Amino acid sequence: MKSEQENIVQTLTPNKRTPIIEIKDLHKSFGNNAVLKGINLTVNKGEDLVILGRSGEGKSITIKCIVGLVIPDKGNISVLGEEIIGLKRNELNKIRVKIGFLFQSGALYDSMSVRENLEFTLRRYSKQLSTQEIETEIIDVLESVGLADAIDKMPSELSGGMRKRIGLARTLILKPEIILYDEPTTGLDTITSKEISELIVDIKQKRKTTSIIITHDMSCAKLTADRVMILKDGIIHAEGKYKELEKSKDEWVRSFFI
Amino acid sequence: MPILYLKNTFTDIGDATLFTKKFFKEVFIPPYETKEFFKQCYLIGYKSLPLVALTGFIMGLVLTLQTRPTLATFGAESWLPGMVALSLIREIAPVITALICAGKISSGIGAELGSMKVTEQIDAMEVAAINPFKYLVVTRILATTLMVPLLVIFADAIGILGGYAGITIHSDVNAYRYISQVFQSLGFIDIIPATIKTFFFGFFIGMIGCYKGFNAANGTESVGKAANSAVVTASLTIFIIDMLAVQITDLFF
Ligand SMILES: Nc1ncnc2c1ncn2[C@@H]1O[C@H](COP(=O)(O)OP(=O)(O)OP(=O)(O)O)[C@@H](O)[C@H]1O
Ligand SMILES: [Mg+2]
Repeated sequence: MKSEQENIVQTLTPNKRTPIIEIKDLHKSFGNNAVLKGINLTVNKGEDLVILGRSGEGKSITIKCIVGLVIPDKGNISVLGEEIIGLKRNELNKIRVKIGFLFQSGALYDSMSVRENLEFTLRRYSKQLSTQEIETEIIDVLESVGLADAIDKMPSELSGGMRKRIGLARTLILKPEIILYDEPTTGLDTITSKEISELIVDIKQKRKTTSIIITHDMSCAKLTADRVMILKDGIIHAEGKYKELEKSKDEWVRSFFI
Repeated sequence: MPILYLKNTFTDIGDATLFTKKFFKEVFIPPYETKEFFKQCYLIGYKSLPLVALTGFIMGLVLTLQTRPTLATFGAESWLPGMVALSLIREIAPVITALICAGKISSGIGAELGSMKVTEQIDAMEVAAINPFKYLVVTRILATTLMVPLLVIFADAIGILGGYAGITIHSDVNAYRYISQVFQSLGFIDIIPATIKTFFFGFFIGMIGCYKGFNAANGTESVGKAANSAVVTASLTIFIIDMLAVQITDLFF
């Protein structure tokens, strides 16, 4: 009965129900330190999933598994319908270009200017583009993060918030279908945080991306989340809409929302 | 404790060997990062010229001044140019230049890649589907393998010039005669093995710097550690290769 109902929902709103990222029973340990102990999660097309959890719970490790930066001990990860565990580098790279990854630190290439940071990434994947077209793309994407005038600066001349935004621009320039944000607003003032959160919402609406957002910033979660998951002791402890979890019976879950 | 130390050393050697194997695998597979390779050649080779020139000149000068009294007691001062040229080209210029490169280049690469590792820049390349090993490691190892021998040849030449300066302090020797004396004393046997070993010096200077940087642990203090241990390991390796090279040359020639 239930599956029939689900079928109907699926046919009616196909977009909402297409799983883009599916993680099943993910395990990862470092020596004796078991970090992930069976993560299960699904992100559907066009959805922004927020992952909460205390420091060191393994949030970054989880999304690093999705792009193959960390090899899990056990479990399955499928991205855009393809199982990524055990893929050869070439095959994995075909999926990686469809995923944008915003690092906690921005991870800009220090030895390159902002322009070169963007160009370096773009040129490898759009070999047929002319210099003029590349320049246009760079300026476009910098405008979309509101930093067009920083184009000739070196990363060392940028503030933390600017680095994050340039990092985001570098991610967007490959036009990813999926974006993984690792603490996009941490270490920024409230106003800049809000700007970045709005930028994330904006990107989702304009580019129709699917995202996972890791954050400690509840106002960012509130703005961006379609769904929230809370990580605890290596598993997903709670899951639901922001509004639902806010009123959860579990006191520990509620403590995030104060 | 010593057992643990030994175990770590052997694990390190094993890892470095795998790293080297990966280099030889990746170096032949396209795409080639030519632009970055030339940039590294410029940074590693051209930017080291002043340092190498200065040390080369001083080596030649000092060697001449130090050897002169001994030769003078035998009345063999006319051997001075040949002797200085031989010691410079066979041993002193390659080893000293390589040590200087270990200090400047190996540590530089160790620190650069180490900080890229720590600040997740290497991971960022990886997720942008750029092969960081190819882009960062292969280009740098190739550049050092090619540039260190050139720097040594440059140091040879400047060292011989320094030798001339050392000689003119005490006597009035015609430059043309000095040069012809230098070339008379040199054979292929002196130049070829000495040049071959510098390729190995260059390779290990790059390889060790890259290995230490690429495998830096998390945290900023590991950047310093990577740079430091790159210099130490590279210097030690240079001496070991030099010893082996001399033994092998001895065996065959
Ligand atoms: N390379 C590594 N080697 C050993 N342990 C690691 C490594 N990377 C992460 N860990 C451990 O895994 C755990 C989870 O790390 P992770 O970076 O995923 O935390 P996080 O949830 O993102 O925390 P934060 O909010 O502080 O970023 C930590 O306890 C950390 O010590
Ligand atoms: Mg983290």
